[in-house]
Amino acid sequence: MYSFEPTDEQKMLIETVARYAQSNLRPAAHDADEECQIPLNLIKKGWELGVLQASIPETYGGFGEHSSITGVLASEEMAWGDLAGTLAVMTPGLFAIPILLSGSEEQKNDYLPHIVEGDWSPYTAATIEQYYDYDPNQLRTTAVLDGDYFIITGEKFYVPYANEAKSMIVYASFNGQTQGFIVQNGLLGINIGERQKLLGINAFPVFPVKFSEVRIPSANRLGGVNGHDFSLILSSYWIAASAMALGVSKAAMEYALEYAKDRDVFGIKVAQKQSIAFMLAEMATEIEAIRTLVWESAWMLDKGKKEAYKEAYLAFTGAADMAMMVTDRAVQILGGHGYIREHPVEKWMREGRSFSLLVGISII
Amino acid sequence: MIEFEEPKPISQQSFVLKTVAENMMRPVSRYFDEHEHEIPWDYINFMHMAMRATGAGSLAPKEAPKKDAEGKERPRIGYQMLAFMLEMLSWGDVGIYLCTPGGGLGAAAVQANGTPEQNAKFLARFGEEKPAFGAMAMTESQAGSDTSAIRTTAVLEKENNQWVLNGEKIFVTGGQKSLLEGNGLIVVWATIDPSAGRAGMRPFVVESGTPGIKVTKLEHKMGIRASDTASLVLQDCRVPYENILGSPEVNQEKNTSGFKGAMATFDATRPLIGATAVGVARATLELLKELLEKEGITIRYGLPRQKLTSIERDIIDMEVMLRSAWLLVIKAVWMADNRKSNPLEASMAKVRGGDVVTKITQKAIEIMGPLGYSQDLLLEKWFRDAKISDIYEGTGQINRLIVARNILGYSGRELR
Repeated sequence: MYSFEPTDEQKMLIETVARYAQSNLRPAAHDADEECQIPLNLIKKGWELGVLQASIPETYGGFGEHSSITGVLASEEMAWGDLAGTLAVMTPGLFAIPILLSGSEEQKNDYLPHIVEGDWSPYTAATIEQYYDYDPNQLRTTAVLDGDYFIITGEKFYVPYANEAKSMIVYASFNGQTQGFIVQNGLLGINIGERQKLLGINAFPVFPVKFSEVRIPSANRLGGVNGHDFSLILSSYWIAASAMALGVSKAAMEYALEYAKDRDVFGIKVAQKQSIAFMLAEMATEIEAIRTLVWESAWMLDKGKKEAYKEAYLAFTGAADMAMMVTDRAVQILGGHGYIREHPVEKWMREGRSFSLLVGISII
Repeated sequence: MIEFEEPKPISQQSFVLKTVAENMMRPVSRYFDEHEHEIPWDYINFMHMAMRATGAGSLAPKEAPKKDAEGKERPRIGYQMLAFMLEMLSWGDVGIYLCTPGGGLGAAAVQANGTPEQNAKFLARFGEEKPAFGAMAMTESQAGSDTSAIRTTAVLEKENNQWVLNGEKIFVTGGQKSLLEGNGLIVVWATIDPSAGRAGMRPFVVESGTPGIKVTKLEHKMGIRASDTASLVLQDCRVPYENILGSPEVNQEKNTSGFKGAMATFDATRPLIGATAVGVARATLELLKELLEKEGITIRYGLPRQKLTSIERDIIDMEVMLRSAWLLVIKAVWMADNRKSNPLEASMAKVRGGDVVTKITQKAIEIMGPLGYSQDLLLEKWFRDAKISDIYEGTGQINRLIVARNILGYSGRELR
């Protein structure tokens, strides 16, 4: 059957997350962006909502089961409040979810309960490399087997909380395939650079990390000796980015809509001009259409359908374009005021550009 | 629970209809494009027989919920079945699909506006042995999107209790077949009080064989040439009193139920136009990918945008457009099946469908170059067929207006 109706449990989760997004994240978003910092208590409060915990089974310290669909619903709602804040709250997932999806039983037992049962604490992933045609399937960072060890060499960027993280999953090319490796922070050969400055998501701390022949036990390969299928993790990266793109786009569309209904022009409201009303209608249609595609891809992933990889890629492509289109128009609708940092739309537009490029800073 | 599992009855229906599309539509696509206004009787007779046997294809399915083995009500999927049917038949040939026998828009208008007795009386004919057609006559030369500007009048003749209709209608899809080929009907919109504007608008059922109604012209069109688009003249056309759908009273306190009835009809049919648009778009994209594959071009899904070739980008964008448009259609009809109010989603699905099919058919020809422009392939036909879905049942602009009013909470007066 087809259904577009979330379950009662999902509706409750959406409500809880929406309350946090509206009462906590949104009011703090502007200052967080200006000061390049998210207050720790805000992140902890978000962590306590239990979005990640609810996607991890009881056996590993959580209280639910992994569901891409539920993750999509929660992420859209939270990103509506603030993207950087959402990325921060979700950061431990960058480490926990790949282990849950692809880790060996031993790896799950070793790491998940500790992360899930404790306070928010940054565990992270080093995925992105900074060159123009960065492709998660063709990484320049390499892993070479040397007896009982892997030797990892390369340079990663956009590693969230690399300065504080206890451990990270480092993705590297092993025999031409992308594989994850669990790496303790602070090992010999790991060099963390200065925090990066970006176009947007300024409040979210990301760092370059250099790996110079870092040796890790061969058992630390994600999934154990036989490794894992990276496409599952990549699909989950795409779906996470898509869900958050929906949240940011919805925020921008709503803000522009309310502004246009309030703003006087030539004796009427600016929203009463068809040129503006049609822009809004197209933004709303775009969001509604892409949301169905994101949902379908998440559903396919949950069902283990083999088309999920392609569908998630399509959803991601559509969502990234949608975010740019919608946030750009939101700024345009506010005109000169849209360009002023007092209004949040310019921030959303800067964030709107991130989704297509930054595959690897969020996962659900 | 959010789900995207295609229901079994739909998969079975699609399997059968694909055979129809491949064997009865595609082989004669070019013929009926070149022989405008010839009627595809083989297709019509086959579909009539098949739909009579299965009950499929009624425009506004209103079946009571079926029960499963445990006696629990199964979700209704009637509109979803219909959307899938129209998508597949339009994938075959949208012009020929438009000749499908049955009530069409006329029956939709009867269902949206008529009493149970009227429904029974007027709709039974579509299930009889011979195929019959239904149409809706709304547009006039001076009244397109602005339907409240219609001038066709209906005056009650008290002495014999009949409505007398006078006026001229244009762009009546299937108008000729409804009047002249079998025992069909046309729902004609007229005003019973020209001073009342929308409040005076009413639909009237004019049955085939009624004196005073005449087809005066068949349009020559850019595409969908198998489908007749008729001009009608009504000259003292008399119909029985009970052929009015809705109340004969013009309530002075802004009773616009007639106009609203027209709009309610559109809530049901707009997502279906979206479905036909998606059908043409899918046909185009599938053929395009097939042709490219023969040239050794395969699409590398999963690559970052910066690494894709221009053709790969185009194809991927087309797939995003197509799939998201289709899912939006499904959402709109799913809402209709579940009795959720859907004017916003219906118009969104129509906007998206019209946009997507025009873009995809245009891009496909560009990509195939001179071959795409040639009549050797059907791409150029689909390019012509596509454009109508952005026009009829409310242009893309009218539907944008509806979406905008809905999301802004504006009335027609606040957002003109």
